[in-house]
Amino acid sequence: MTTTALPKSVSHLADPVAAAASFAGWRDYFALLKPRVMTLVVFTAACGLFAAPGHVNPFLGFVAILCIAVGAGAAGALNQWYEADIDAVMKRTANRPIPAGRVSPEEALAFAVALAGGSVMVMELAIGWLAATLLLGSILFYAVVYTVWLKRRTPQNIVIGGLAGAFPPMIGWAAVTGDVTLMPVILVAIIFLWTPPHFWALALFMEADYSKAGVPMLPVTHGLKATRTQVLLYSLALVPVSVLPWALGLAGWLYGTIALALGGLFVAQAWGVSRNTATATKDMVPEKKLFRFSLLYLFLIFAAVVADHWILA
Amino acid sequence: MTPAETAVFLAKRKSRSLALGLLLGTLALLFFGITVVRMV
Repeated sequence: MTTTALPKSVSHLADPVAAAASFAGWRDYFALLKPRVMTLVVFTAACGLFAAPGHVNPFLGFVAILCIAVGAGAAGALNQWYEADIDAVMKRTANRPIPAGRVSPEEALAFAVALAGGSVMVMELAIGWLAATLLLGSILFYAVVYTVWLKRRTPQNIVIGGLAGAFPPMIGWAAVTGDVTLMPVILVAIIFLWTPPHFWALALFMEADYSKAGVPMLPVTHGLKATRTQVLLYSLALVPVSVLPWALGLAGWLYGTIALALGGLFVAQAWGVSRNTATATKDMVPEKKLFRFSLLYLFLIFAAVVADHWILA
Repeated sequence: MTPAETAVFLAKRKSRSLALGLLLGTLALLFFGITVVRMV
């Protein structure tokens, strides 16, 4: 990592007395947790927990979701600590607490490690070793495999790294059943295949930002056309995997119908992206539409898993 | 630090202390709850 010059807003930190005094408020620490990403993590984890067969004490279920949320936040904070130099260059992330100089890298690292360790320990105490190990694995996968190893080295960064974000429903499931069966593996596969079209849609209209920061996202390394083709291919692969629970008898007709309908809409949006030839951000309407729809897709398909389990059970 | 910067610093420190206090209180309740539920 390289150090960056302090912006004017925190230039007082050049004063050693002022520098010793932290000007970070609780909102800055909260921002380190990437609360928007956390929302999706909490939702998919809760769906895994609610869709699992069996029963968990409601309080322990709440603790499990809390641990997953805090663990995901810790992984986000570790990511921001390591990527402060990239964040400082990109317009979208320049105002994050570390590049903006409101939280020092050392404070952020200590905060992240404390949360990661705390969430895993509480998970073990409340639920058990399997859920705790899965949580630890997902934090390490995101912080080490994705952030440190893959992100700056390969355009496949978000494909492999996407596995870290796919773990939460499996952890929620394991919190109830104490084991990992085929259904949570399929839920992980759905998020795994959903991640590339979701992130590449974003990367297409943020290509200039990634290029400036030197991050080898697919549009930067292989161009817009190749990325649009990959978006379509991953979307086509997502549909059969998303209907697998119904095809294998692990979910009912309600889930199958919703998965097919949502899959059709997803492929239609991805087709629009693949047909687009625009190079200017303002003309990348299909990409922006797919990015927004992909978020809705994930919420709806996981809601369908729970609805199917509760209504048809 | 100027008086204005000191005021900002004190306000931020107060907000952090309150957040930390709340966090520790929540953790205490959490451990108490986990202990009670797992004993049943």
